[in-house]
Amino acid sequence: MMRLVMALALLLPLGGAMAQQDSGATAGGAPSVQSVAPEVGSGRGGANNAQQPSSTAPETQTGGPRPAPIAPRPRVAVEPIVAPPPFTARSDTDASALEAQHAENGGVINGAVSIPNQAAGILIQPAGRDWRGFRTRILSIAGAVILLGTVFILAGLYFLRGPQRIDAGRSGRTLHRYGLFERMNHWMVAVSFVLLGLTGINITFGRTLLRPVIGAEAFTTLTWTGQAVHQFLSFPFVIGLMAMVLVWARDNLPSRVDIAWIKAGGPAAKGHPPAGRFNAAQKALYWFTIGGGVLAAVSGYLLMAPGLLDNVTDQQWAHVLHGGMAMVMMAAILGHIYIGTIGTEGAFEAMATGRVDYNYAREHHSLWVEERVAEARRLATGAD
Amino acid sequence: MARMKFLCDSDRCIECNACVTACKNENEVPWGINRRRVVTIGDGKPGERSISMACMHCTDAPCAAVCPVACFYSTEDGLVLHDKDLCIGCGYCFYACPFGAPQYPRVGNFGGRGKMDKCTYCAGGPQQDNSAVEYMQYGSNRIAEGKLPLCAEMCSTKALLAGDGEIIASIYKERVQQRGYGSGAWGWRTAYREELPA
Repeated sequence: MMRLVMALALLLPLGGAMAQQDSGATAGGAPSVQSVAPEVGSGRGGANNAQQPSSTAPETQTGGPRPAPIAPRPRVAVEPIVAPPPFTARSDTDASALEAQHAENGGVINGAVSIPNQAAGILIQPAGRDWRGFRTRILSIAGAVILLGTVFILAGLYFLRGPQRIDAGRSGRTLHRYGLFERMNHWMVAVSFVLLGLTGINITFGRTLLRPVIGAEAFTTLTWTGQAVHQFLSFPFVIGLMAMVLVWARDNLPSRVDIAWIKAGGPAAKGHPPAGRFNAAQKALYWFTIGGGVLAAVSGYLLMAPGLLDNVTDQQWAHVLHGGMAMVMMAAILGHIYIGTIGTEGAFEAMATGRVDYNYAREHHSLWVEERVAEARRLATGAD
Repeated sequence: MARMKFLCDSDRCIECNACVTACKNENEVPWGINRRRVVTIGDGKPGERSISMACMHCTDAPCAAVCPVACFYSTEDGLVLHDKDLCIGCGYCFYACPFGAPQYPRVGNFGGRGKMDKCTYCAGGPQQDNSAVEYMQYGSNRIAEGKLPLCAEMCSTKALLAGDGEIIASIYKERVQQRGYGSGAWGWRTAYREELPA
């Protein structure tokens, strides 16, 4: 028993060695998985494989003696070829001369583009410089002068001459002057005009006046909202103008009375020259508002939807028309607001309530009062 | 700092529009907007020439002068950039720009203008350099990485040059001297009040 155990103990390391040898054999490599080591020297690519020359002496030439070399041909004198001018008749275009010429005479340097936006074919438009001058100088300075000048004149009128009173005092009796539709339409146009004017003034002067005060972000928010308001309110303004044409055009047709009214001195006349439902100044303002409003609206819509005008020069003119017209209209409407409110006693209630004092009507619109009274008499007698 | 400018050598421009493509790709410019374009003058006639044009980053820029919300600013490289967060899309810069650079996506009321987009000289905008929000609004900011605008870098005939104004002007003058002709630097008189020999 003891011997058997000892024999096993002797066998154990032997078995271990045998196992190691087996694993070593497999690791040593089946040829299918191990790359074959290149056999150096015996096959292709071997260094010692080629024939070696037996001596370093030059070999004797074969095929007999060589012919004499051919003499080179003598050089022929050649006219040097003058480099032709570049491949087209190259026009002597000078960029800066072209730009100077267009800056002086107007117009654009135009070409063709291969992109859908054909308006991009305008390479350089020096006219932008003139428009810049209009926007930063002419419109701003002239606009400020016109608006502030109007306010100044009106303030002077109010404080020096004072509002125009009803000479005969209030009678206590009133006369129907404007219907509900007329008044509502007037106030629709008025509200939209004032907001259009304020947002427009903000676009023109806000950068100088308001932006330093409220800061860049707040000013952008305000102006962004303002331009949306400006765009949307154009619709009630234009619709209201068209309604004004329907309801007031007939009473605003010029007549002989107007010439007499102007000759008598108009608003500065002593006493009250006769006038119909509207006097000559009111008629002038009416037609100016309609005409100017249409111009401002058309030019504004052309600017609003840039697809309508794809030419930058036309857009500049549209802006000049729009801005210039708007400034003059605002000045005129400032005058209208003054005369219609604090400037004339008894005028505001016409647009507020639709009725005016009898004495006010008799003084300012004598012919209209006569018409109304005659009509009332005719109705009264007709009813009898 | 250098005063960065663009110069298009129209005697070399072959109207391949690679600059346009490079710009659109690098800056992910929206549909319908071309920050850079190639204009061919006298197309198909003898003496025709093409000029690659984008924002010239003017000295005393008209766009900045007329902007109602003053959203433009200048970098120390003389680049004229704008802040899209302040822009209201009024179109004034387009009226004033001599080169037709400002363009607007039609997203406003009544198909009107959205916020203006123009060449940034691959210099991004007021946002943090190379941030995602800057890329969204203005495209790539290669200047912050020390690189020049891709349009000029990609130009196959090296017609479009970008870089410091004095250096590119001297390169152009050397070319004109060597080949004996040139049409001058397009737009330089209008943008920089400067003229190069033709």
